[in-house]
Amino acid sequence: MDQVKYVHIDGRPVPIEGEKNLLDLIRKTGIEIPTFCYVSELSVYGACRMCMVEIEGRGLQTSCSTPPEEGLKVRTNTESVRQIRKVALELILANHERECTTCVKSTSCKLQDLSKKLGVDKVRFRSIQKPVPLDDGNPSIVRNPNKCILCGDCVRMCEEVQGIGAIDFAYRGHDVVVQPAFGKSLDDVQCVYCGQCTRVCPTGALTPKSEIDVVCKALQDPKKTVVVQIAPAVRVALGESFGYQAGELTTGQIVAALKMMGFRKVFDTCFSADLTILEEGNEFIKRLSSDLPLPMFTSCCPSWVKYVEQHHPDLIPHLSTCRSPQQMFGSMAKNVFAPELGIKKEDMVVVSIMPCTAKKFEAKRPEFVTDGAVDVDHVITTQELAQMINEHGIQFRGLKPESLDMPMGFKTGAGVIFGNTGGVMEATLRYVYEKVEKKTLENPDFHEVRGEAGIREAEVQLAGKTYKLAVIHSLANAKAIMAKIKSGEKKYHFIEFMACPAGCINGAGQPVSFDPGYRRNRTKGLYEADKMLQLHKSQDNPYLKELYAATLGEVGGVKAHHLLHTHYKARRRMKGKSMVIVDSKADDKLEVRVCVGTSCYLRGSQDLLHHLARHVADKGLQGQVQVKATFCFEKCDKGPTIKIGDKKISHCNMAQATAALDQAIEARLAGV
Amino acid sequence: MPTVMLRKFEKVCAIIEKYGNDPAKLIPILQEVQHEYRYLPEEVMIFVATTLGMSPAKVFGVASFYAHFALQPKGKHVVRLCDGTACHVKGSDGILQALYKKLGVDAQKATTPDMLFTVETVACLGACGIAPVMVINDVVYSQVTPERAVALVEEIAMQEGAGHVSA
Repeated sequence: MDQVKYVHIDGRPVPIEGEKNLLDLIRKTGIEIPTFCYVSELSVYGACRMCMVEIEGRGLQTSCSTPPEEGLKVRTNTESVRQIRKVALELILANHERECTTCVKSTSCKLQDLSKKLGVDKVRFRSIQKPVPLDDGNPSIVRNPNKCILCGDCVRMCEEVQGIGAIDFAYRGHDVVVQPAFGKSLDDVQCVYCGQCTRVCPTGALTPKSEIDVVCKALQDPKKTVVVQIAPAVRVALGESFGYQAGELTTGQIVAALKMMGFRKVFDTCFSADLTILEEGNEFIKRLSSDLPLPMFTSCCPSWVKYVEQHHPDLIPHLSTCRSPQQMFGSMAKNVFAPELGIKKEDMVVVSIMPCTAKKFEAKRPEFVTDGAVDVDHVITTQELAQMINEHGIQFRGLKPESLDMPMGFKTGAGVIFGNTGGVMEATLRYVYEKVEKKTLENPDFHEVRGEAGIREAEVQLAGKTYKLAVIHSLANAKAIMAKIKSGEKKYHFIEFMACPAGCINGAGQPVSFDPGYRRNRTKGLYEADKMLQLHKSQDNPYLKELYAATLGEVGGVKAHHLLHTHYKARRRMKGKSMVIVDSKADDKLEVRVCVGTSCYLRGSQDLLHHLARHVADKGLQGQVQVKATFCFEKCDKGPTIKIGDKKISHCNMAQATAALDQAIEARLAGV
Repeated sequence: MPTVMLRKFEKVCAIIEKYGNDPAKLIPILQEVQHEYRYLPEEVMIFVATTLGMSPAKVFGVASFYAHFALQPKGKHVVRLCDGTACHVKGSDGILQALYKKLGVDAQKATTPDMLFTVETVACLGACGIAPVMVINDVVYSQVTPERAVALVEEIAMQEGAGHVSA
């Protein structure tokens, strides 16, 4: 039998129970160790030096990077520990833009919090940082390098959990910065706007981009009717900003607050989530009985969709064509509800309250503009809603609950659980089961698709056949599963993907939480909200039945397709210059461009490039023809792609390329 | 004859292939690529990242970490001045300032506009016994004075037919 091993912490023996490092062991005893660069879900980095402890015989050590060993004698609060933490913090503060009073992160900032807790009351060192401009050209995230303390939490989140690597450290010593490649802005690189970097950033260096001002302006405009939708995950987290526990439902108070601020109608995204289920469930059944590609991928998560467009363009046909609940809501509000209210859709402003930063990007996608009017005008996060409530002086805790408006405020529990990982899958199964089995589903719970693991597999029996399902969260897990699907190692029929760990309840727009149990509590909150409703299956939503009967026609029909479905496009990961391979200074030169982006490269575009460049050289055409290696024509699914003059050729091979080039040259000669 | 750029691109492809598209070999790959271009152009780094299946931000992180890698094109003649402890106490800073003044460059803008000279400092060349040390291209000069450094640069400029240096 294994003997229990002990570490002595401040003179008391503490048993080692599988802790990875001293830091976790010390925290177990109820002593808080300060950290910036230690995030339990990420790898250990050991850079911020805040977690120093004194170990007998070893001196001062970082507790995050020291494994617990039998017999270690650790002191967490000696005078040298106290001094070194304070000096380290003072040095971090010296280069930090200390504009705390006007910082969006104020009061939820770890740097501010620890400065207070450790009693750092002055900074004796001068800053050596030169101010640099903000990176805020994208719709979702504001990057303020002046507030970065180089803890690297964002870098590791983006690479380890999301598998993206949009930002990294660059340069060395006192020149070190965290930035996208080559110092570009976030909108020029492969960032998917999930915002998880903003969730772990201990300061105001990475924050969600605010749209509060435009929303407030719309509310004050007498010509506008402002309607709002509340996403499922918002109701179990907003309360945290006002002293409620994570997971506590505050839907009624949220409605009351929104009404007080002047929103004309307060609706529920869960309504359009129910709508999504009907359309998506129907699409799934159709895919099963046709030659449309399987597995079907969910398309509710805009970060996931952007990731597929950038990194797996060949699998775009697997994405459900259904718009996300946010976009379905916008389309219904402007195209169906506005006429019912007797107003022009130009006079309606649709605002979303989302747990998500990527939803801001989604709302601005050109696909979601119908007849010149955007479906969703503005997206604010849960954090921004809390801020707006404060700005309006509304005492949230004292609010009397009010009810959501009809008809788009009415939902079933299936729409509510959308905010949890596995929720979209479960809601779909509740619909598909009844549709395929043609009988009532007595117990709507599918516990087999619930859980916390980032990759979960399940099987479901429908009409005597077994279907394989998977539920994935975090994009690094998605990356792993996509590789297995491509290699043929794994086969599924339906996969739910959410970019954020644990799903939307842990989205980057949610209130910042230092409470370790917050995810579980928010998840539980949504499952309980489902339980408390009378209806649990989207197909039972009476207002949806009415909507289809009066306006949409058939589920999956022509009108439904026009208003509720969309399409996707291959998307370049990065903006960058071309590589000139054969140059020509002539003004009227013929431009030959060969894509060497990932998809085309993997399909042999490099050989095409060699071949064309050689061909130009062999024929002595250097003076007239310029050959460039370029990054991405956004035709990745049809690669390799080349462009000769204005003519784009996809699925290009050597013979086609040569023929097209010769033809273009002949045409030029003939033209002269 | 294939063009210079084509030859370079083919060389880059060969280097990556030689290392089996292995991300763990990023540093030797970048070294050899730099040997071809004399610096690391952005578009070539993106291409390297693509072929290795790495994020361009990581490749740039590595390239910008090491002083050995140049992110800007270098001049035809690279002047490296040692500013290690021994050379520093023997007055290397005075030499550096003289070169900066002569060539109109500085630490941020290290290359002359005509791409003839690049002036760099290095931490130590390991030749402290003959401090201060300066290396022009691959030739080592010992116990350099500001006057001698300027004279050496003028001589090269003269050979290159660039009159501006003596102006």
